[in-house]
Amino acid sequence: MYKEYEAIIGLEVHAQLSTETKAFCSCSTKFGKTPNSNVCPVCLGHPGVLPVLNEKVVEYSALMGLATNCNINEYSVFARKNYFYPDLPKGYQISQYKEPICSDGFLEITTANNEKKRIRIERIHIEEDAGKSIHDSGSETLVDLNRCGVPLIEIVSKPDIKSPEEASLYLQKIRQIVRYLGICDGNMEEGSLRCDANVSVRKIGEKILGTKTEIKNMNSFKNIERAINFEIERQIDLLEDGKQIDQQTLLWNADLNKSESMRSKEEADDYRYFPEPDLFPVIVDEAWIEKIKTQMPELANARCERFINQYNIPEYDARILTNEKSLADYFESGTNFTNDFKSLSNWVMVEVLGIINNEKISIKDFPISSENLTQLINFINNGTISGKIAKEVFSEMLTDNKTAEQIISEKNISQISDVSELKEIISNIFNDYPKQVKEYIDGKEKLIGFFVGKIMQQTQGKANPKLLNEILKNKLSSLKNN
Amino acid sequence: MRPIYSNHKEKLSKLISGELSLIDNVSYFLKNIEKNNHLNTFNFVFEKEVLKQAEIIQDKIKNGTNGKLAGMVIGIKDVLSIKDKPTTCSSNTLKNFNAIYTATAVQKLIDEDAIIIGKTNCDEFAMGSSNENSAFGTVLNPNDNTRVAGGSSGGSAAAVSAGLCDAALGTDTGGSIRQPASFCGVYGLKPTYGRVSRYGLTAFASSFDSIGPFANSVNDLSIILEVISGKDEKDSTSADEPVTEYIKFDKKFEKIKIGVPKEYFGEGLDTEIETSIKNKINELREKEFEFVDITLPHTQYTIAAYYILTTAEASSNLARYDGTRFGHRTKEYRSLIDMYEKTRSEGFGKEVKRRIMLGTYVLSAGYYDAYYRKAQKVRRLIKDDFDKVFEKVDLILTPTTPTTAFLIGAKIDDPLTMYLNDIYTTSANLAGIPGINIPIGKDKNGLPIGMQLLANQFEEEKLLSTAQLINNII
Repeated sequence: MYKEYEAIIGLEVHAQLSTETKAFCSCSTKFGKTPNSNVCPVCLGHPGVLPVLNEKVVEYSALMGLATNCNINEYSVFARKNYFYPDLPKGYQISQYKEPICSDGFLEITTANNEKKRIRIERIHIEEDAGKSIHDSGSETLVDLNRCGVPLIEIVSKPDIKSPEEASLYLQKIRQIVRYLGICDGNMEEGSLRCDANVSVRKIGEKILGTKTEIKNMNSFKNIERAINFEIERQIDLLEDGKQIDQQTLLWNADLNKSESMRSKEEADDYRYFPEPDLFPVIVDEAWIEKIKTQMPELANARCERFINQYNIPEYDARILTNEKSLADYFESGTNFTNDFKSLSNWVMVEVLGIINNEKISIKDFPISSENLTQLINFINNGTISGKIAKEVFSEMLTDNKTAEQIISEKNISQISDVSELKEIISNIFNDYPKQVKEYIDGKEKLIGFFVGKIMQQTQGKANPKLLNEILKNKLSSLKNN
Repeated sequence: MRPIYSNHKEKLSKLISGELSLIDNVSYFLKNIEKNNHLNTFNFVFEKEVLKQAEIIQDKIKNGTNGKLAGMVIGIKDVLSIKDKPTTCSSNTLKNFNAIYTATAVQKLIDEDAIIIGKTNCDEFAMGSSNENSAFGTVLNPNDNTRVAGGSSGGSAAAVSAGLCDAALGTDTGGSIRQPASFCGVYGLKPTYGRVSRYGLTAFASSFDSIGPFANSVNDLSIILEVISGKDEKDSTSADEPVTEYIKFDKKFEKIKIGVPKEYFGEGLDTEIETSIKNKINELREKEFEFVDITLPHTQYTIAAYYILTTAEASSNLARYDGTRFGHRTKEYRSLIDMYEKTRSEGFGKEVKRRIMLGTYVLSAGYYDAYYRKAQKVRRLIKDDFDKVFEKVDLILTPTTPTTAFLIGAKIDDPLTMYLNDIYTTSANLAGIPGINIPIGKDKNGLPIGMQLLANQFEEEKLLSTAQLINNII
């Protein structure tokens, strides 16, 4: 029965901007300081204080607008959103309402079956974050206002999203963009990227939208998919039972894997928005927008194209490498130290990404610098070590904080690639095993493996295998011909 | 001994010559405040600090290192923040609240060596026209103790009028400087919106609030304005307009043309005030002034637009007094909502509650367009009225108030009549223009009559120069 329905989903994404100071005062935005230490009379909402707009916030918002094909509105207006809550010191949040900074944009996602889909963006507006209420410390609720006044942008999509997977892809795309722009760290667990979803369902072919509900508190990509999926099925089940869907706000409970009602439409707040009288409208002109455009960094798609052309790596590689800006930066800084871009790409995609994903760390915390990784690759390419040994060296580099060169020299594991040295080793082996030499000459040619094995045993695997094979074959065939 | 100077310039020269001792002068003010305790003009007096302050400044004067306002004794309306001093807004909500920073305007006074003698009484959160809405009691009019001093800066006006300080700062959202100045018979100036930084002024209605001085002379208004004006990076709405040395009065204005709006001389205006102002006009016409009849056609909508917009802003500005972080919090409560309700019910007085409710209503979903948006359009029209008139005239002359000071208790239970007291003053706040009250005499009961002069935005120099000229003539 679920197949007869389609879901209509719109997302509201909040991204915390990584400016040095707060949106309307000069307090630091640093995360995780002692509670209530990054505060001043302004963000504490003391009598008589006034907000002063941090211009970086407007720049960052405009960058996001440009990156998502929005119009940058030359006239935008701050508004007060009024509601009472202990972590909102002024009793209102400064936001933008009817006239946001950016509007009418879109971005493209690539769905699982490799189709491109455009998701329209209705608006992007600037607002300030509230503080944090801490409820789990005994009977009292504690309030930390360090976050209060940290700048946010809210990115509101059109209801163009049709499935939980698309919702997740859309959000991943937003995260990719904000990270490429360097305007938000995109960390969902820490709440610097947050997402609410508006969900409704209708029978396929119907024109009228169904009643929508809003889901909040989904703090991971996995939870977003689960929560939206849960909601779609809940709504369809209700309709199939002949029941109505109540317009309401739901909270996703990740522990119980279900959503819970937060408030119904009747209880919905009336925010009594009105233009913020303490701030003038934001007016930007064409020249300013052009200036912002010049600050626009290369985004993922462009970088992917460039990687294909400049480093001559397959599109598949380029796509994976450029998905995260930090990974692309890692790869690209490595290209300064080698010309074997394909090997570098392989190492980054397989070994490096493998460890990052396994240990759930960021590339920034990865212990091996791209320069050191490249050195390791170069040792393979110049025959110093084999690929097999290289993997062992790589493992040690992860834990020992040493360079490949240090490990190779300390452990004396560089390959024997000296022809005369190899020739001598072979002669000695032939002397030790005359019986096998004879058998070989008599036609038992697979005994070559026996000699390789013995030599490797003796050299602790350090003989350059390619070179060894070559010399060995030459020697044996010359013996045979004599 | 009562001060023997007519303005600060004279005071300073007497302090320099040694004819006047600043310590004696400050002691005199302290004694006079004590003697006039019944007037309720001061919420707090800084007895200890001011004498020490007087000594320091006396030395500075001796060494010639003093600032412009050296030795000027000033009262500060209790809605302006002074670090580590009470800032109560005459409200029970903030009765035990000390500010943690100093308002820009006050800091500028201190930087020029003015002596801040105390915090003056006012209507709670500057809401009122009679100074009867105060947790510190009603301010009495020094001219007649049975009458109100006017509001909301009643304490500042009365303190200057009673000789309890040289000057005072007040705030004017709809007439709260000019109306009490008129009732008490002193000079009061509301500057252009944005002329003086609002940082540290407890907001009532953010797009209306202006800080301005009360004094016994135009000279003193001028020098205080000069000090407190200017762009402040802590207030985005403060104006980056040049600050003139208003005191010089050396800019020669061509024959000043003054508009007299017919709408300000209609029904409700006390005949004695009307006659008095008409007589002044006749006197001035004989000198170098030209008077023309003008019209400000949207005048009848000012009070309505004013009370919709200011209460809307106030309802939001006063949301922060919720008992969570500072100020009054109720003793017992069952839930967060219960705490909010009880705290705010106990903390705010009747008039403040009335305005919060009005403001909340006009911003509510479904009413916004009918009230707030419409009132904003009216505000625009009123501003346009003034813009048109100022193309033809230099200044506008009106009565400051429709009546002289009324009896205490006469209007307190009739908010509408009370609101109409601001009928001639609110338009300047809607349009953001400067206005001054000039005392022009007394009525048959001996109560001061005030005349209001209005100028276009940022034309304080013209306004003050003309006020001084008028002063010299009448």
